[in-house]
Amino acid sequence: MRGASNHIIEVKQMVKKFGSFVANDHLSFHVEEGEIFGFLGANGAGKTTAMRILCGLSYPTSGEIMVAGFDVYKDRERIKRKIGYMSQKFSLYDDLTLTENIRLYAGIYGLGRKQIAEREEQLLERLGLTHVKKRMIREIPLGWKQKLAFSVAIFHKPAIVFLDEPTGGVDPITRRQFWEMIHDATLEGITVFVTTHYMDEAEYCDRVSIMVEGRIEALNTPALLKQEYESKNMNEVFLKLARK
Amino acid sequence: MNRFFGFVKKEFQHIFRDVRTLVILFGLPIVMIILFGYVVTTEIKDVKVGIWDRSRDQLTIQATQKIFSSGYFIPAGTISHEAEVGALFRSGKAKVVVVFEADFERNLQRDRRAAIRLITDASDANSAQLAQNYLQGVLMSYFLSLSPDIQMPWEVELKSRMFYNESMRGVYMFVPGLMALILMLISALMTSVTITREKEFGTMELLLASPLKPREIILGKVTPYILLSFVNALTIILLGILVFDVPVVGSIWLLLGECMLYITMALSVGVLISTVAKTQQVAMVMSMLGLMLPTILLSGFIFPIDNMPPILQWISAILPPRWFVVIVKNIMLKGTGLAFIWKETLILAGMTFFFIMAAVKRFKTRLE
Repeated sequence: MRGASNHIIEVKQMVKKFGSFVANDHLSFHVEEGEIFGFLGANGAGKTTAMRILCGLSYPTSGEIMVAGFDVYKDRERIKRKIGYMSQKFSLYDDLTLTENIRLYAGIYGLGRKQIAEREEQLLERLGLTHVKKRMIREIPLGWKQKLAFSVAIFHKPAIVFLDEPTGGVDPITRRQFWEMIHDATLEGITVFVTTHYMDEAEYCDRVSIMVEGRIEALNTPALLKQEYESKNMNEVFLKLARK
Repeated sequence: MNRFFGFVKKEFQHIFRDVRTLVILFGLPIVMIILFGYVVTTEIKDVKVGIWDRSRDQLTIQATQKIFSSGYFIPAGTISHEAEVGALFRSGKAKVVVVFEADFERNLQRDRRAAIRLITDASDANSAQLAQNYLQGVLMSYFLSLSPDIQMPWEVELKSRMFYNESMRGVYMFVPGLMALILMLISALMTSVTITREKEFGTMELLLASPLKPREIILGKVTPYILLSFVNALTIILLGILVFDVPVVGSIWLLLGECMLYITMALSVGVLISTVAKTQQVAMVMSMLGLMLPTILLSGFIFPIDNMPPILQWISAILPPRWFVVIVKNIMLKGTGLAFIWKETLILAGMTFFFIMAAVKRFKTRLE
């Protein structure tokens, strides 16, 4: 099914234009199965645009794009079954309980009743949220919401999970814990595609691409990027790239 | 299919857990019906009438008695000066002053012509007009009973200019209009707000990235409102029948069918608004200003379309509620069948089709 051996996302010459504005300028990259792929760039660099195309939320203007073995032009519906998605906002319903939120999304992804019950119990236990499962989402702290949102996004065991700035507005400790959860997800074989503008978070990624004004300016492991740009940390790498 | 039902269930949970939504959904229609039914009544009772009798003959005394024995008016005293009229009005002691001209009886016998003047406090235009109409009726029937062959033996001259809304005569004329208003409000406002809410909270993205198809999302969002709007239509009809004796002369099935058509139209307008509005507030304002006001003002619900300037009549013609009001009035009050309202129905159906297409197109474009 898959094009290249273990490339779960394959993007060739992807272009997205809005009128005369070029949001994505001939992007080419691939994501390997099971890795954490960081999609970095300043606000407005075109990260979200690219990600929306990969999720089947919008069509590219041109280019060849395969996600989980399917073509984004022809097979959006099948791609959507294979992926999970978490947006910048936590995307849970405030006026539903934890359980209801889990069951709603699980149901949307076509999971059976028994399967849902089983995974739900495990999930709540693992997050330590069993005691609040009948509470409304609006009653629980932000950090918990965010962890739950992530767990819900991978509840149906997708091949890839797309995280759009998942750590915006969260305190550093929760952010750290959150990245641990992301790491755990890869152990289950889930590929993680994450956009962020926190450069320190790039360190957690297996490979990162850095976008500047619609183009990918660099793509490599954090260690090699730091070496190449003779920088101490990813922030420096980014600043050097942006000033180029 | 299970996916879809789970999604619809969630929408019902949103509705039943939000007090504000519940109040708008169920409280508002009932309150509006009751309010319109009792407050905007077109009957008058105990209107205070002052008498300025400059003739004091047998006819004027009898006419005065007729007025006060009619049951609608109570005496507010007699006056004998022009200046006292204003004083009566200002102090609120009288709403109307009846002036019989001097030598009333003699004039009538000699010239077959005599004048009565009704001066009305028109600061409250509607009730003033009503009181005046009633007074005319009472006086007319009295003078006609004197000699049936006399044609209009008296003249009525009015001091003030008034606007009147013809359609408010008859206590049940407002039910069709209210139906148009409430169904539009519930269907369009509520759907536009609920869909915009998903956008605002970022859950829409998530739904769109899920295996749910866009049309399933939209359908799932509006399904509860179709049902609830239908319940509302029934409530309005029932309240009309039970509380205000508003008849449903024609076919109830035809009426309900037309309601469904109208609800579908309103829902697609709601979806259309939601594709434009970014936040719930914007959606709400757009629905209120863009739908509620025109429905109230231009649908013929309160103000007769025939009396509007041409440009407003044209605008009225492109508003769906205007046609719906005509349809409902015909079925409920006159008992007309489809044979006589197919034209209006077709127009409404065409508009519905247009709004659905526009909504689908806008919704899709937004995704690209």
